[in-house]
Amino acid sequence: MFFYRKDFVARTLAELTEALQRAVFTHRYARLPGLLQRVDPRVKLVTLMVFLIGAAMAHRIETLMGLYAFSLFLAIISRVPLGFFLKRVWFFIPIFAGIIAVPAIFNVITPGRPVFTVFRFPDPISLLGLVHIPAEITVTEQGLKGAAIFVIRVADSVSLAVLLVITTEWMRLLSALSAFRFPRMGILMLAMTYRYIFLFLRVAEEMFLARRSRTVGHTPAREKRRWIAGGTAFLLNRSYNLGNEVYLAMLSRGWNGRARVLEELHAGWLDALWAAFSLLILVAIVFSEKGIG
Amino acid sequence: MSEPVFELENTGYSYMDGLVALDNISLQVMPGERVVILGVNGSGKSTLIKIMDGLYFPTTGECRAFGVALTERQFRNEEFAFSFRRKVGLLFQDPDVQLFSPTVWNEVAFAPLQLGLPEREIKERVEDALETLGIQHLKERAPYQLSEGEKKKVALASLLSLDPQVWLMDEPTANLDPRTQGWVIDFLLSLADRGKTLVLAIHELEVAQIVAQRIYVLGEDHRMAAQGSPDEILGNNDLLARANLIHVHRHFHGGDVHRHPHVHKHDHHG
Repeated sequence: MFFYRKDFVARTLAELTEALQRAVFTHRYARLPGLLQRVDPRVKLVTLMVFLIGAAMAHRIETLMGLYAFSLFLAIISRVPLGFFLKRVWFFIPIFAGIIAVPAIFNVITPGRPVFTVFRFPDPISLLGLVHIPAEITVTEQGLKGAAIFVIRVADSVSLAVLLVITTEWMRLLSALSAFRFPRMGILMLAMTYRYIFLFLRVAEEMFLARRSRTVGHTPAREKRRWIAGGTAFLLNRSYNLGNEVYLAMLSRGWNGRARVLEELHAGWLDALWAAFSLLILVAIVFSEKGIG
Repeated sequence: MSEPVFELENTGYSYMDGLVALDNISLQVMPGERVVILGVNGSGKSTLIKIMDGLYFPTTGECRAFGVALTERQFRNEEFAFSFRRKVGLLFQDPDVQLFSPTVWNEVAFAPLQLGLPEREIKERVEDALETLGIQHLKERAPYQLSEGEKKKVALASLLSLDPQVWLMDEPTANLDPRTQGWVIDFLLSLADRGKTLVLAIHELEVAQIVAQRIYVLGEDHRMAAQGSPDEILGNNDLLARANLIHVHRHFHGGDVHRHPHVHKHDHHG
């Protein structure tokens, strides 16, 4: 659409809508005959949560790399295309983890054995006696190791979370949360967010198109900002009203806060096997961590 | 004589900010009856329908369903709520409001699932509803992938799978193309043939003419303006003009200018 080219907000909205449609609303992988798809969602939720905690507690780079290799293995035996999976996981990591990890590699944040020098000041700098910057800014071995551990830990966590979400149908995931007495209100909010985020992106996109169709010539930046603020308020108001209406529509058809799925959840031999296997992996994580002494 | 399905006595509803949506409404709906509530946008039709579905509660007066006053306290009783929701279904005006499940199949299965029907019966009901509405091919689709007409059919299927005795419907034919509108009207009449009680909140006189056995007219002042048979109500141009349901048309015949009420009403013979 040619008119998107220059308008950052409109372009972002259109791309976001498309990305969400592709990413969030895909049931393709949840229905494939893979391993994780066959595991009872409650068992899957618990085991993947345990791995997440394992990733958060692990400090050895080998353990974390092992866990990452394990998540790739899980993706393969769950028939999730590796390219799609890697893209999904690594798209956000440089944005979020990178911002935190990059400063940590320098001796200003993490002192240690210098690997190479990035910049030299004539003298050390002291800001108000609170912040001390050494004369030589270097990348340290400890800093690099710390950043690598952090990034791999994030990759492990995101991979496990992505695996859980894409191999489980949404209603079954909500049902698993219900089974663990996750607060009803939280489940309701998740269910509604999932369904309506797309609708609101469409509404926002149409608002931009409607404005475009009535705009001739150049609009000053101040006017654009004012319009965006007004549009945001309108959407907020509309989402509030729609939220109320949807809740009434759910009540009207018997909703009492408990998400139900057609097949009642039954844990079978495969789930027991999976739980035992997960326990083994957990033991391996613990031993790997102990190995450091 | 059988007990009324709904009985409203001097019912009023005001919003939190004091805005009056309904003022002193009294009406009765008998089992198997086809009742139309006619009114313009903003007259309070949707609020009235929601009161009858136990979603809003009157701020004055009373609304009784099957002889029981609908109150918040009453709905806290799970047994009552369960039995009421099985008997009464509501079609919302905006199908996007009603289609909150990830796929059409899940949507149609939602009510029978929530009401705890056995698994086999749920599957049968869902397949029957999809077949009756001719939307089996849509069952794997997400609601956002549907056209307006398809959304309306899915919303109807989601009630049909519940098979309620009473169908409350808020503007069931609004914003639909003529073919889908005709299809929905035929569907409503088929429900009536099966002895279902229908309550329609609409503003289209031609739909009222076809469907209604009895009409209540809501005025722009949120009060009941009139009630009667379709012939009594739809033949009363003064009443319809006062309720803003018809308007005066001005047009030219050669050099002459004519002014007359414009009524959206079709005559059906035979």
